[in-house]
Amino acid sequence: MANIVRPYGDTLDDGKVQLSFTLPVPDGAKGREAARLMVLGWGFKDCEIVHSSRISDGFSFYVAYAKTEAGIDYDAVEADEAASEDEVMHMDEVNAFVREKIGRKVVVVGACTGFDAHTVGIDAIMNMKGYNHHFGLERYAMLEAYNLGAQVPNEKLIEFAEKVNADAILVSQVVTQKDIHIQNMTQFIELLEAKGERGRFICVAGGPRISNKLAVELGYDVGFGKGSYAEHVASFIVRRIAERMHA
Amino acid sequence: MKEKLGLPKDKIARARELATNCVAPILDFVDGHTTVTVERATLRIVGADGANADGVPVPNLVVDQIKSSAGGLEGGALARYVNALLKTGGSVEALNKRIAEGWRIVDEPMGDREAIRRKGLELVEAGLGRIRKNRATRDAKMEEWKDRNGKPLIYLIVATGNIYEDVKQAQAAAEKGADVIAVIRTTAQSLLDYVPFGATTEGFGGTYATQENFRIMRAALDEVAEREKRYIWLTNYASGLCMPEIAAMGALERLDMMLNDSMYGILFRDINAYRTFVDQKFSRMINSFAGITINTGEDNYLTTSDAYEKAYTVLASQFLNEQFGFAAGLPARLMGLGHAFEMDPSIKNGFLYELAQAQMAREIFPEHPLKYMPPTKFMSGDIFKGLAMDTMFNFVSKATNQGIHLLGMLTEAIHTPFMMDRDIAVENCKYVFNNIADFYDEVEFKKDGIVVGRAKEVLDRTVEFLAEVEDLGLLEAIEKGLFAEVKRPKDMGKGLDGLVKKGPEYWNPVEDALKAELGLPERGRDYSAAGRR
Repeated sequence: MANIVRPYGDTLDDGKVQLSFTLPVPDGAKGREAARLMVLGWGFKDCEIVHSSRISDGFSFYVAYAKTEAGIDYDAVEADEAASEDEVMHMDEVNAFVREKIGRKVVVVGACTGFDAHTVGIDAIMNMKGYNHHFGLERYAMLEAYNLGAQVPNEKLIEFAEKVNADAILVSQVVTQKDIHIQNMTQFIELLEAKGERGRFICVAGGPRISNKLAVELGYDVGFGKGSYAEHVASFIVRRIAERMHA
Repeated sequence: MKEKLGLPKDKIARARELATNCVAPILDFVDGHTTVTVERATLRIVGADGANADGVPVPNLVVDQIKSSAGGLEGGALARYVNALLKTGGSVEALNKRIAEGWRIVDEPMGDREAIRRKGLELVEAGLGRIRKNRATRDAKMEEWKDRNGKPLIYLIVATGNIYEDVKQAQAAAEKGADVIAVIRTTAQSLLDYVPFGATTEGFGGTYATQENFRIMRAALDEVAEREKRYIWLTNYASGLCMPEIAAMGALERLDMMLNDSMYGILFRDINAYRTFVDQKFSRMINSFAGITINTGEDNYLTTSDAYEKAYTVLASQFLNEQFGFAAGLPARLMGLGHAFEMDPSIKNGFLYELAQAQMAREIFPEHPLKYMPPTKFMSGDIFKGLAMDTMFNFVSKATNQGIHLLGMLTEAIHTPFMMDRDIAVENCKYVFNNIADFYDEVEFKKDGIVVGRAKEVLDRTVEFLAEVEDLGLLEAIEKGLFAEVKRPKDMGKGLDGLVKKGPEYWNPVEDALKAELGLPERGRDYSAAGRR
């Protein structure tokens, strides 16, 4: 039997949502009515524009509350998660797992590639200090982690991974304007394939706008988005290596 | 300005003395060297501009020719350029066109030295005259509209990639209340060893810094300023491999602020340390002469290191930036020393620590228009929490009289700001600034309380840290990863091949004129009087 859920305001199934947006029109009664009709046009019921204000001569801002009748069968939903929370191992568990199942240090190389200059993502995962009280991969005793920083060309990243005989390569992408990250991530996989080395490395993509689904579509083993920490990445990598060794 | 923390003056003086000692050996090196971009900046000031069919800029064509010729670049680039100009007998524009078409000016024999010198000085005077005029225009407008800008100045960023879209967003932001508009650069530009030419509409995460883009945005902001009767400051980035050139372009097009940090390129862009130190000095001399306020990049330390534990690296870097600034003739009132509100929001009393550090910076650098940066590292995608954090940041900034206030965006870490994100940020900021307008004069801190204790602790640790850097040497300290936990060997990094030792015949009348104007000695360390004018 279907388990239909809807947004919850203050009563089950009231379907209440909040929206905010800008319109390229002046603020005023006409703008507010246009905004309301537009929200209704999206399929919402009972839209109320609770706030509007002028941004500049030709632009105005709206906050709307609306009601939806649409729902979703919760039981039929399949989540796109690389590693679900209950499978994540913490740092000590990862180290123990590597000692027991792999028997040598695991080598991980990471960089923010292409022209992307943002080290924040790769640093959060790799730096000793980590992020938000989650230590980075450099802190893991049984990992040998190399963080090459930002603006690293795909070629250089692969060369370095070959040199240190990496098990896994982490590709971080933060800038997504005009889909530059897709081109760049695709080129990385194409380069590996051209060298016949795609199977040699576990390829991990990460970034605030990266999903596991997108990463897998582009040919990576896995993708990590917002809310991922070093232990998510480490757990995936060491499990995958162990699987390959014992396959 | 009222002092509230009772910081020991001798400790502050000791920190300045240590910073002076740290930068002194670097300055000796700097004065004996030039770089490809210092030479290109010199050429730009005398009028070298344009690009060839492949987009290679004329200043690059000239410097590359000279660098690969028998004499090399050790004599500087200007003499060759002026020699070619005299040979043509025509205008600088006509010369640029011929160079863009492939004329090899290094193959021309050198003519009468005295004629070259005279013509060179004439060109330099014309270029510097234009910059002087820009400065007078800015001063006059600021005088006309004085007290119309926010205190702190409200600083907003645009970053569409397309200069014409940037103009719309910037004008909307300025109308709404922004005092300063910064055009973020496209993400690749800091590592280009040339400055692209012309108006551009394709950038990633930002817009190319080009002289034409500067001109377009300047005109757009002047238009809003006239309507609003409020000076709108224009900001761009002099960081990267072309620091002096972008500083020159900014001076020629009347920019008002430039990001210019003495060590940012080394630490965060892996640019060679020697190259950066030479470039930053020349670029800062230009900034200073043009009356441009620099913004230093200490906020970046806190995106890689912990903001609570590493607070002393920010203060230490501010002291170093200050000394490098004085050495380039920058007065304190043009030094927008950077820092940031980046502590983990889950720390108990984190607000008090942020307040302590911001007040500490205010008291140690009383004349400097401190540039305060908003939370980014712990912005999560929860826009409601993000807006609350930005509100706390706005509070600290106003409560401690910061000079330049970069507005936080509730959608930080999600996308480049939507127009409404910026609008929400301005409204929030105006609300806070007005609501606590006289907070600074009204509130004092408990003598043995958390705020005073934290400020003293950070200052103490900074003095210890600077002593360690002095002991090691600045370059060696950078090699060991003492700043931002990034290790940069001094003989590695990008752009090292563009560093040139000045020869006995080195001639750069732009440098000479700037040094004379700024009261800097031709060589050596005795700059202490100059910057503090």
